[in-house]
Amino acid sequence: MQDEKTNKNHKLNDKNNKPDVMPVEDVTIRFAGDSGDGMQLTGTQFSESIAAAGYDVGTFPDYPADIRAPAGSLYGVSGFQIHFSSHDIHTPGDQIDVLVCMNPAALKVNLKDIKKGGIIIVNEDSFDAKNLDLAGFKTNPLEDGTLGRYTVYELPITKTTLQVLKDLGLSMKEAEKCKNFFALGLVYWLYNKTPDFTLNWIEQKFAKRPEIVEANSRVLMAGYYYGEATEIFTSRYEVKKADLPKGTYRNINGNEAVALGLVAAAARAGLQLFLGSYPITPASEILQSLSKFKNYGVKTFQAEDEIAGICTAIGASFAGALVATTTSGPGMALKTEAMGLAVMAELPLVIIDVQRGGPSTGLPTKTEQSDLSMSIFGRNGECPMPVLAAQSPSDCFHITIEAARIAIKYMTPVIVLTDGYIAQGSEPMKIYKVSELPEIKVIFQKSREGFFPYTRNEFLSRPWAIPGTKGLEHRIGGLEKQNITGNISYDPENHNQMVKIRDKKVKKIADEIPLLKVNGVQSGKLLVLGWGSTFGAIASACENLQKKGIKVSFTHLRYLNPFPKNLGQILKQFEIILIPEMNLGQLANLIKMEYLVSPITFDKIKGLPFKAMEIENKIEEILRT
Amino acid sequence: MNENNQTTSLPKTPLPVPKDYASDRDVRWCPGCGDYSVLAMVQKVMAQVGLPREKIAFISGIGCSSRFTYYMNAFGFHTIHGRALTIASGVKCANPELSVWVATGDGDALSIGGNHFVHTLRRNIGMNILLFNNRIYGLTKGQASPTTLEGKITKTTPFGSIEHPVNPISLALGSEGTFIARTLDRDLKHMQEMLLKVYGHRGTSLLEIMQNCKIFNDGAFLEFTEKETKNENVIFIEHNKPLVFGNKKDKGIKLDGWKITVINIDDGKNSINDCLVYNEKSKELAFLISEFYDRQDLPMPVGVFLNIERPTYEDNMMRQIEYTKEKLGIGDVDELVKGNSTWVIK
Ligand code: SF4
Repeated sequence: MQDEKTNKNHKLNDKNNKPDVMPVEDVTIRFAGDSGDGMQLTGTQFSESIAAAGYDVGTFPDYPADIRAPAGSLYGVSGFQIHFSSHDIHTPGDQIDVLVCMNPAALKVNLKDIKKGGIIIVNEDSFDAKNLDLAGFKTNPLEDGTLGRYTVYELPITKTTLQVLKDLGLSMKEAEKCKNFFALGLVYWLYNKTPDFTLNWIEQKFAKRPEIVEANSRVLMAGYYYGEATEIFTSRYEVKKADLPKGTYRNINGNEAVALGLVAAAARAGLQLFLGSYPITPASEILQSLSKFKNYGVKTFQAEDEIAGICTAIGASFAGALVATTTSGPGMALKTEAMGLAVMAELPLVIIDVQRGGPSTGLPTKTEQSDLSMSIFGRNGECPMPVLAAQSPSDCFHITIEAARIAIKYMTPVIVLTDGYIAQGSEPMKIYKVSELPEIKVIFQKSREGFFPYTRNEFLSRPWAIPGTKGLEHRIGGLEKQNITGNISYDPENHNQMVKIRDKKVKKIADEIPLLKVNGVQSGKLLVLGWGSTFGAIASACENLQKKGIKVSFTHLRYLNPFPKNLGQILKQFEIILIPEMNLGQLANLIKMEYLVSPITFDKIKGLPFKAMEIENKIEEILRT
Repeated sequence: MNENNQTTSLPKTPLPVPKDYASDRDVRWCPGCGDYSVLAMVQKVMAQVGLPREKIAFISGIGCSSRFTYYMNAFGFHTIHGRALTIASGVKCANPELSVWVATGDGDALSIGGNHFVHTLRRNIGMNILLFNNRIYGLTKGQASPTTLEGKITKTTPFGSIEHPVNPISLALGSEGTFIARTLDRDLKHMQEMLLKVYGHRGTSLLEIMQNCKIFNDGAFLEFTEKETKNENVIFIEHNKPLVFGNKKDKGIKLDGWKITVINIDDGKNSINDCLVYNEKSKELAFLISEFYDRQDLPMPVGVFLNIERPTYEDNMMRQIEYTKEKLGIGDVDELVKGNSTWVIK
């Protein structure tokens, strides 16, 4: 029986039954199953152990919007993708080499993403009439030839799990819950990795419940040995370790990186950190993380709404804290009036927008880059604010610190754009000590001598004079201020002047932001210009083509307002500018406006990140014409 | 530091006077506006308690009363419509040492900022909220507010308001406030007494001030403030005192089961002993009495409705920080950034 199946499915492996270890350059694995199948945990475990083993890893979780979608249904499918490689990678991978799927719905949803000839490992026990029907399969795909172009391993994952646990006295439900560890164990074996990392983790995590430690460890090892003992698999794979720059690394996702970035920035500046925020997908994790850091002196305030989130932060900034508010699109919309107040009052504030599909409630769990125009323009009056964007999960750490530095130095609110893709995706991050981070200098006004609330230093920023400082009592607010004194002023000339000062202050930041570097030839036919989370896909695409000898260059923006000073100069060096964006061309519009060039926009607004392949194809298409 | 130095170099600080708290800005409310008396009394009370100016953060939203901030010689932040309480919350959390005050109005606090009103009170964040209730939008020139009475003709209700007004004291009680009081702009003595209590309370103190808008709602509280009618229409509630009112102090409030009745304590049948004795620690009583609001048959209560102790938000926040520091040790940010699982590439 077993052998028959193996033969039927193993068109690619005709040599023998003894598994060899085959070297591969890079691998993309996706674990998929029902949202109750523990796929996020499985994926996280595998990626963390792989990262800890010294690989460059990119991950991307994809979970359903419905918290409790019906079991077995298509919209209840939860996935976790891991890309690991022997070289520096930028993305969680385009196409899947190995799909582990726990039920028919997971197969249905993910089939389109598997590489030709890729491996599919299925839990055959779940392919019953009910689940097939829920997934919308009229016939069983394991039998009707649907999977002919793939290498399919049908394994009795549920049965085996129950079998190895039968003497433990767990309930059927509890026992079945362990089955994800079988899949994990098997994948460890398949990629020639020891399961020790997860064994340790199980032991720590369930320390108080020894029977669960035993159950999960047993099932994990059962999966691991299954590969070895059953001789179904004809190959195992080995990925060489990556050659990353020297240093100490950890694995991190974007939301965690923002949270740590804020704590690190506060430590660097020597200020207390205050976060005013309101739960919203996909940004809530930042608030959740920071609320754990009480012993670091972090103050978190879960406000009654988005507006109170930003306003409490503004209040705390007035009182001298490093402050932030975290949100996503709908929350950004609600916060806009308060951003105007922070611009007018000239108080430092970091606003993190983890973008998601819009407009309105849109696609809360899906990614998009469609809040750029809003961030640059979306406030009443002439209301300039610096806008930065993180280009990868680990960059969320650095960009947040940079935002805090700019906010304090220039006494201004600063927007940081991340998105669902990098917020939840993870990658290795090189670790820096607080003392190695860029300096964040805080100067609180102390002296009464010549103090006025709206005098300015060489960066055009006003003094930070906080309540509690004797002799500096003063009033600020949202009404137009008289230059220097800060008194209310309706004077036409003064307003004209103040609008221009605020504008100039933000523009002047360009004097110190790093110049853009072009990767590839410095002038020529095609430059791919990106911003934010598309970095991974763009860099991979361009590097792949460059390796093939194709002349294409790329450069990536982390500063959207103001732009780096040499951007205009760079654009002039190329005949064609291609801008891939997960929106209808919002950066392209800014570029047109600012530099009077006409870029080609390449949009993808599907709630999903770009694949490197899609950008490669687009570049090749342009170069052919 | 030598002892000599200490004793000789300290100049004697003169006691503050009300004008020390006045900024150099011209006060620009309409002549006859009820806001003036509040400003004067707040400055007087601050001098009375000797509050250091640099410790005061005065926060306001938008509206006539919100200009208050500009007239105080203190740290001030005149913010945006409805959000004063949130900004004040942030100020207090960042620096619990400050004495945080909010000037707000019925539109600012109860309409656009209604949500924040509820949540600030339940959190019990240390601040003193002066709620100027004039039952109208003054700054925008005369539109109906959430406390405008039914049938009232205003610019936006030319045929009379069809809405039922909110009762700020009941709303504050329902929001789990810990100090809730009402006063009148024209009863300076009472206002002073209330402000002192507001200042003395730890946590959120709410003082509703029935304030006359001379221009757009003149006389809204006339029956409560004018000598001739005041004592018949207002009942001053005081802790541990029976609820009596009237020009001759001849009327009292009697609780008959759930029924409230006004009794004549001089009629031989009833006496002062039949009157309900107020207790500012009782939330049940506070709810009961707060419902005397725009009622023809019952007097308008002013005074302290509720004055109870509950840990403040900022105390709890700081306590939790201290507790975790003690339990987990003071966090090392370098370690935090590193996390639990690292690897080294050589
Ligand atoms: S409009 Fe009314 S509330 Fe406003 S300042 Fe004038 S009198 Fe006072």
